Amino acid sequence: MIASVPLEHSLLAAAVLFALGLVGVLVRRNTVFVLMSIEIMLNAAGLAFVAAGARWGQPDGQIMFILILSMAAAEVSVGLALAFQFYRHFKSLDLDAGRTMRDWHV
Amino acid sequence: MTTIFYLSTIVAIVSTVMVITRKNAVHAVLYLLVSFFAVASIFFVLGAPFAAALEIIIYAGAIMVLFVFIIMLLNVSRYSGDPDPEWLRPTVWVGPVVLVVILAAQMVYVIVMGEWSATPLVEKTPKEVGMAMFGPYLIAVELASVLLFAGLLGAYHLGRRDDAATEERAEGS
Repeated sequence: MIASVPLEHSLLAAAVLFALGLVGVLVRRNTVFVLMSIEIMLNAAGLAFVAAGARWGQPDGQIMFILILSMAAAEVSVGLALAFQFYRHFKSLDLDAGRTMRDWHV
Repeated sequence: MTTIFYLSTIVAIVSTVMVITRKNAVHAVLYLLVSFFAVASIFFVLGAPFAAALEIIIYAGAIMVLFVFIIMLLNVSRYSGDPDPEWLRPTVWVGPVVLVVILAAQMVYVIVMGEWSATPLVEKTPKEVGMAMFGPYLIAVELASVLLFAGLLGAYHLGRRDDAATEERAEGS
């Protein structure tokens, strides 16, 4: 029953989700949306790991997913703190506002 | 079960597309939540119930709360004097509700049909995952704890309101 989902299809789903996250990072200029897109990409990477782990019947895929999860938690806390500082310095969440490092004195 | 996989994949992709195209950050968070639930059900179908539970608890529970907090703090989605609450308009909430109803129907189907008890030929139970994690992957767990500590310190350092530096700058100028 589980084997009836081919590995290619779950990897394809992971690839589509990753591509969507990448498009979000490239297209959106709002800091919060960029961070959300990074979360989508990390999630897609975790999906690929779990799918591979399921294909070969090993728990290693899930362990890699747990490590990705903890990394994503650390990343999002630091990223949101950075977004907070960014907003306080530039009074905007537009990433293009921070294009130059000239006005950036922390 | 195969149907559930493809249906969940479609829900995940649709809600992810909605995340990166929303204008309002809160709506995007709502769709991202749906996307995480869909991915969790994909994990369940792939025989990884532990990963599915963690996806819901940590991604949908903890990380989304962080996003909601930062949106509240930054007041990103200020609406321009519109007295009518935005969430009253059905266009705002119909999308997530439809996607979530699909996922809920899947869950009811799986529970009613009782397939989940007969499912796993290659299911990796939480016990197996734990045995592997605290066996050969023990160093990785330690590294993850160091990483989380670094993240905690970094978030604390970056998130603090440095009044001293602001005052200095005000005096200097």
